[in-house]
Amino acid sequence: MPTMNMLQAINNALDIAMAEDEKVLCFGEDVGGFGGVFRATSHLQEKYGRARCFNTPLVEQGIVGFANGLAAQGSVPVAEIQFADYIFPAFDQIVNETAKFRYRSGDLFNVGGLTIRAPYGGGISGGHYHSQSPEAYFAHTPGLKVVVPRNPYEAKGLLLAAIRDPDPVLFFEPKRLYRASTGEVPEEDYQLPIGEAEVTKEGSDVTLVGWGAQMEVIERAVELAEKEGISCEVIDLRSILPWDEDSVAESVLKTGRLVVTHEAPRTGGFAGEIAAAIQDRCFLYLESPIMRVTGLDTPFPLTLEKEYLPDHLKIFEAIRASVNY
Amino acid sequence: MTTTRDIHVPEFLAGDEFSIPTYRVLTQEGTLYEGAEAPDLDRELARRIYQAMITTRVLDERMMAAQRQGRLSFYMQCTGEEAAVIGATAALDDADMIMAQYREQGALVYRGFSIDEFMNQLFGNELDYGKGRQMPIHYGSRKLHYMTISSPLATQIPQATGYAYGQKLAGDGHCTVTFFGEGAASEGDFHAALNMAAVHEVPVIFFCRNNGYAISTPAIEQFAADGVAPRAFGYRMHVIRVDGNDILAVYRATQEARRIAVEHNKPVLIEAMTYRLAAHSSSDDPSGYRSRKEEEAWREKDPILRMRRWMDDQGWWDDEEEKALQESLRREVLETMKRAEKRPPPPLDSLVTDVYADVTPALQHQLDALKAHIRRYPDAYPRGARSLDPGLSQGDDAASDKGGA
Repeated sequence: MPTMNMLQAINNALDIAMAEDEKVLCFGEDVGGFGGVFRATSHLQEKYGRARCFNTPLVEQGIVGFANGLAAQGSVPVAEIQFADYIFPAFDQIVNETAKFRYRSGDLFNVGGLTIRAPYGGGISGGHYHSQSPEAYFAHTPGLKVVVPRNPYEAKGLLLAAIRDPDPVLFFEPKRLYRASTGEVPEEDYQLPIGEAEVTKEGSDVTLVGWGAQMEVIERAVELAEKEGISCEVIDLRSILPWDEDSVAESVLKTGRLVVTHEAPRTGGFAGEIAAAIQDRCFLYLESPIMRVTGLDTPFPLTLEKEYLPDHLKIFEAIRASVNY
Repeated sequence: MTTTRDIHVPEFLAGDEFSIPTYRVLTQEGTLYEGAEAPDLDRELARRIYQAMITTRVLDERMMAAQRQGRLSFYMQCTGEEAAVIGATAALDDADMIMAQYREQGALVYRGFSIDEFMNQLFGNELDYGKGRQMPIHYGSRKLHYMTISSPLATQIPQATGYAYGQKLAGDGHCTVTFFGEGAASEGDFHAALNMAAVHEVPVIFFCRNNGYAISTPAIEQFAADGVAPRAFGYRMHVIRVDGNDILAVYRATQEARRIAVEHNKPVLIEAMTYRLAAHSSSDDPSGYRSRKEEEAWREKDPILRMRRWMDDQGWWDDEEEKALQESLRREVLETMKRAEKRPPPPLDSLVTDVYADVTPALQHQLDALKAHIRRYPDAYPRGARSLDPGLSQGDDAASDKGGA
């Protein structure tokens, strides 16, 4: 099985989707001949032509509006927003249009073919405009699906699933891991289920829940915890909308403890939603309060990025606090 | 309001009846075009402009080299566009507001931002006005009337319209100039800004640096029209296209634009035709999307070289001065950089200040928890630990863990 980094896995997924279905189109700023600023769309224009893989003018609201129209017509657009931090000019198109297209027309029209890809997250000295994790804004919007892969294998399988999903999907890619994360990825076509969490490690004392780049951070925290004899169960949600409440509840019924972590600020972050749902499902089984390890309620900093980030040590401390409550 | 005459057969207009000329004064040899007049630019001002152009070029060269050495996480050069940015700034009153995109450090140089001030921002140290919160090159200066840079493209353009409307109401005779690239002009914000400026009769100058590329995307894939300038007609706005590598043309055009803006409260669009000689940023490699030959052709149109030839003809500059300035600048940049990278990072408390006017109790609580955590693991957070106990570590951690963004 070939080894790929996350960018290669994403590129490979796009290649498979475009080869299989000529209705699949890839576009965005610098996406065409150059292959995107991160090179996720490398060689797609050469292979599939300028009509199917192309640069757009520099206008995010235009990119998503255009993509909405294409999807409504029956095409399968995969639109790239260069950084998730720059998705906000398209917020209206996504929240008011993409998310409600099917509902408002009584299913006369839909934009289910649409996938929006955007690199997100910190840890790259990017300051507040190249580091944000905006997933919670979109998780607050019924009609969207929000998917966040954690490694190359997941990225390929989930992206192929997103492209073929009957509903519009926002696909947030952890850019810190684009080249840093490598692993075996099958060359052939495969899909991973959207909405189904994966238990990546079984354990009995505490459940850890995260998604995307934070999974790697959880892994490091768990190593520290296990050295202290704490048995951790780790769950990658894979998608936060819909999110797999059953899998998390099942785990917490077993462990009695839950730590949720994300890079985005705490207030209004998706960990709050998980905590609320799980206390509702598992109240009498909880041994300690559900803990959140998140970014601070501030814009993303630069010089003090290390201090800001919910790193493995902060997660480790939360695990300890949860177990020793 | 729409004024129109009637027609009774369907005749479409393609816009080709509008042809926008390019205003040029200075040839590449440094002489004036026939029929062109040099603007009213005395020796002192010409030298100030030229020195700002050289300073910007040297600063950019040195800092890109520093980035390549891993001393700096990121950098962006103004190279090739110095005449456009500095020529426009020189034509303003020094108290006019500048709302730039990110490639306009030349404007700050011209207004007197010191090398030390540049370095403090680039290294995000405790003296950075922005408190180490933004990536390198996101400068701001209240005293120099230069709005702090924001990375999202084009957001500053409608803000400039609003700022200038406030200046009009204040009646102090000032205007705002906003700089942006031809790529940013595709954003919705650009269109909103121009329309509002025309409707509300706002003293704002929209200065488009048409430098040929938005990262890798060539202008030909950015718009089908003849550049950005024709859009002004759609908003009924004054417009001029100018050779952006021609310092005299840029200066004269902006001077006139300022007069129209301030005296008549009319916005003006200037499209300066230039070329981004450097990569988009330190994270970019243009060899993947444009040819050396194309770059070389533009290198021959270097705006600094062109002004230099004109300065020589005036007898306002010579080789010795050039050499002395270059050498002293290189020395100053290197010495200042060494000092700036050794300065401590901003204090830990700066994580939570300025989110609101006052630190909220909730944020204070988060900060306290963070401090307790850092005290538990001081080695894992050298900057935070240093801030909690300035005597704890004098180690030079500032340059230790900068990745590329």
